Amino acid sequence: MSNALWIAKTGLEAQQNRLSTVSNNLANVNTTGYKRARAVFEDLLYQNLRQAGGQSSQETELPTGLSLGTGVRTVATQKLHTQGNLIQTNNTFDAAIQGKGFFQILKPNGDIAYTRNGEFQVNSTGQLVNSAGYRVQPDIIIPENTLSVTIGSDGIVSVTQPGNPAPAQVGVIQLADFVNPAGLQSIGGNLLVETGASGAPVVGSPDTNNLGSLIQGSIESSNVNVVEELVNMIETQRAYEMNSKAISTADQMLQYVNNNL
Amino acid sequence: MDRMLYVAMSGAKQNMLAQAINSNNLANISTTGFRADLAAARSMPLFGGSGHPTRVYSMTEKPGIDFKQGAMSTTGRDLDIAVSGDGFLTVQSADGNEAYTRAGDLKTDSAGVLQTGAGHIVLGESGPITIPEAAKIDIGRDGTISISQIGEGGGGATVIDRLKLVNPNVKDLRRDETGLFVLKNGDNAEQDDNVRVVSGTIETSNVNAASALVNMIELGRQFEMQVKMLKAAEDNNAQAAQILKLG
Repeated sequence: MSNALWIAKTGLEAQQNRLSTVSNNLANVNTTGYKRARAVFEDLLYQNLRQAGGQSSQETELPTGLSLGTGVRTVATQKLHTQGNLIQTNNTFDAAIQGKGFFQILKPNGDIAYTRNGEFQVNSTGQLVNSAGYRVQPDIIIPENTLSVTIGSDGIVSVTQPGNPAPAQVGVIQLADFVNPAGLQSIGGNLLVETGASGAPVVGSPDTNNLGSLIQGSIESSNVNVVEELVNMIETQRAYEMNSKAISTADQMLQYVNNNL
Repeated sequence: MDRMLYVAMSGAKQNMLAQAINSNNLANISTTGFRADLAAARSMPLFGGSGHPTRVYSMTEKPGIDFKQGAMSTTGRDLDIAVSGDGFLTVQSADGNEAYTRAGDLKTDSAGVLQTGAGHIVLGESGPITIPEAAKIDIGRDGTISISQIGEGGGGATVIDRLKLVNPNVKDLRRDETGLFVLKNGDNAEQDDNVRVVSGTIETSNVNAASALVNMIELGRQFEMQVKMLKAAEDNNAQAAQILKLG
């Protein structure tokens, strides 16, 4: 009926998506290792009603045409993998990645998931696990009667035991990296999984091959900037209002026709 | 039947088209690097037979695109760039030809090929740009892309390619169906060394919300006037029929 109605509808939808993204970022402002997302918009196809340069007669051509845009769509919610702040916790099993890379976590179904959240714990068998109890890969087992645990910046985990002054190495935490980390898919629980867009993981020890180094006793806070998200929220709300104004104007135009003719 | 009815009807229809253009601008108020469309009406006098051109129809057209710069928004992301001042990034359009855009929210795909946020492949001086695994990616003021590995200082950076930045006369540009800009004559624009980009920043849409809203109200009222004219034509007709009935 009226193009304007449907075009403004796409605007409302886009702003609604953006608000969901902003709200999710704000909700996760205190989630360890969370990377903020942003909605990416693209203008929809243009309809050429009259082609510029078309012949208006044998000798003349149209100087300008008429092409109508058909609105906007959300193409992606893009994760921004910038470094979050490091927070000192002095907890033995906390580790933060300074630089690129992801911890590897074994999901119960046998697949590997990736995370920046280094809040680890040990389970009843002494295995290093994340807060959901999923095992960190490669497996690291902390022996019983351990006095202290050290995670080196290169990922080497060593323990000291009573009666033995020399620390014993129990494993190496390895990191994975991707050509396109933004292509990883979030599956909740602070975990990301590989997709066709992310590329295959490149696994290596921390501090080698462009991978970041580990910092024991620290965690990486979320990289959400609260002020920026609030500004985004205001902008989103106003843009939403304007698009709904456009809908009500188009509606009034049609209503006027109905009432007067 | 009085032709006034048709003149007013075409006016109302063209107002609705202009309203659609305006709504599209409003819908794209958050689209990175979007440029607003301008709408204008042109009078189309009708010369028929030997009579005077008493009837002048209106026709909405899109005489151009508003190329004013949008606001800059700082994101701090390595691959976000904004063209400062005049100029465009070069991307590959769906048919493989060069097209131009101001949207600098770049990303890489699984093979490391540089793309815009909307998925168009970004072109450098020597075609598509593939960025290898790196610790940090830098895009310089002149569009030079360099990467550095861990432990290397600024001197150890490797130059990958340089973005093809162009600055064609905006009068020669038109928008294609996917929203990218292309040269009207179908040629490729020349690289311009004076175009500057700023990394860590993206350019927002240049739609002016206030003027778009005022424009919307104005178009709405114009439309009502056209409908009033339709109503007047109808009334005239009814009156004429009344007179005939008296006779």
